[in-house]
Amino acid sequence: MANDVWVYIEHKDGAVTPMSFELLGIGKTLADGLGSNVCAFVVGEGTDNIAKEAGSYGAAKVIAVDAGVFKGFRPDAYAKAAAFLLDKYKPEIALFRATSQGTDVAGAAAAQLGFGLCTDTIGIAVDGGKLKMTRAAFGGNYTVTVVNEKATPQIATVRPKAFAMPVQDASKTAEVVKESFTVNEADLNTKVLEFIKSAVAINLVEADIIVSGGRGLGSAEGFDLLKQLAEVIGGGVGASRAAVDSGWISVEQQVGQTGKTVKPKIYIACGISGAIQHLAGMRTSDCIVAINKDPDAPIFKAATFGIVGDYKAVVPKLIEKFKGKLGK
Amino acid sequence: MKIVACIKQVPDTEAEVKWDIPGGKLNREAMDSVTNPFDEFALEEALLTRENYDGDLIAITMGPEKAADVLRNCLALTVNEVHQCSDAAFAGSDTFATASVLAAAIKKIGDVDVVFCGKQSTDGNTGVVGAVLASILGFSQLTYVSKVRSIDAGAKKIVVERAIEGGTEVVEAKLPAVVSVIKGINEPRLPNLMGIRKAAKMQIPQWSAADLGVDAGKVGAAGSCTKVVEIAVPPPRGAGEILKGEIEDIANTVTDKLIDLKVIK
Repeated sequence: MANDVWVYIEHKDGAVTPMSFELLGIGKTLADGLGSNVCAFVVGEGTDNIAKEAGSYGAAKVIAVDAGVFKGFRPDAYAKAAAFLLDKYKPEIALFRATSQGTDVAGAAAAQLGFGLCTDTIGIAVDGGKLKMTRAAFGGNYTVTVVNEKATPQIATVRPKAFAMPVQDASKTAEVVKESFTVNEADLNTKVLEFIKSAVAINLVEADIIVSGGRGLGSAEGFDLLKQLAEVIGGGVGASRAAVDSGWISVEQQVGQTGKTVKPKIYIACGISGAIQHLAGMRTSDCIVAINKDPDAPIFKAATFGIVGDYKAVVPKLIEKFKGKLGK
Repeated sequence: MKIVACIKQVPDTEAEVKWDIPGGKLNREAMDSVTNPFDEFALEEALLTRENYDGDLIAITMGPEKAADVLRNCLALTVNEVHQCSDAAFAGSDTFATASVLAAAIKKIGDVDVVFCGKQSTDGNTGVVGAVLASILGFSQLTYVSKVRSIDAGAKKIVVERAIEGGTEVVEAKLPAVVSVIKGINEPRLPNLMGIRKAAKMQIPQWSAADLGVDAGKVGAAGSCTKVVEIAVPPPRGAGEILKGEIEDIANTVTDKLIDLKVIK
């Protein structure tokens, strides 16, 4: 159907996580508003199980491009397949996750179709059949609402965790359509040689709990304490730019304007003053706990709970209390 | 080898943002501006590439009159050649229109082997222009690059590391390629005083839509299918609660409150 809402299902070499399906939730809401269906589309090799799971998360229909050449992710191959599907079916809306893969495919596929897109969307409404997409600009200090007036489909990438996960129901199934589209290996530009798994176990963008440290930690050793706390409560470790630039922790863990944008349920900021560049990356966290020696630190204005004190005294106490109460 | 660095001027992240509200456009002329922080890494990587493999380095930008400043900084850092894509018709360009103008400039430069750009800008934050640019040009699309391992201009090959979710992907790609880089790939150098003085006197060549052979109706606000219709300041977070008392009691209270959220298992 022409006014359907399509959701791109990303995977890594055929492996999915529940988060791969998260946009089927907002997709269904939008489709209900348009009186149409939410459909999933997937590019890969051996996609049957992914299609089945998409059905259980609420996709009415799954459109798959399935061929050996799509085994591992390659931006040119996947974007060509996505552009082919979007051009053939012309859904009203196509949503991608604002991850590395989602952004690569959405950007290149939209370019092949000859139009722009809205990226890293955090709010979506339908107004007169057209999307109104809200996104953060200037590092979250402003939000702008964007419309896509001329393009079909209207393409958006959506920030992870911006919308609630759909409920999985194993009894729900989707109609699966396989499209025989392929590309020649010789026409592709990129080849993955290897994947080196990160030593950092938790992806901050998807983490529910983050313990973060800043300049106030004073040294790299300060992060050892934060890691202990993170371990006890099952969280990831983040950092402000000051801590990363001091060489205390890897850039992969930086939260903020030039780092990652995160939205955990609990964010514990230790020795972080709360510069706007850092707040930009974490201000939408559900519950923010700030620990800082300086009672005037701006972080306290964003914090749900503020503790004025030295993290070296407070964090060990928190570890002790959590261990006791959680029976660890 | 021919290397291009795409550089954007952005408002200083500390500066007040001035909007042209009815048009949904930034009043860029009225704001303090800097080189987009991510583009400093792109420029440094381009300089390193020139040092390691030889060749010419050309920096380009798209922006109004004052955007010439970011190119002057490039000249101070010994970039061989700069071009400013500047035309009233470019104002209000969305991601696709912006990338179309940059693509036209890269085609005009000709025989380019590798294009460096930053992962995203700190003003628009779209983070997609590199991917769109690669797609328009038909170049290899290498995003989130944390390391350039090797470039072989003769064999037309590049090997890079990409920092993606869960780890690092090592990718070999054909040249030409668009490489968009992340923070941490290098340590950007600063220009020296002599470079700055020399650059201050240099003319910044400009390319208009006509120079680039770009149809003015297909770029800028007129040619963009995405449009900003509303600008808002996000609501402030409610003032929080400062927990007072002995550390022992505070720790007790806050751990209770956090456990009550039922997130910690």
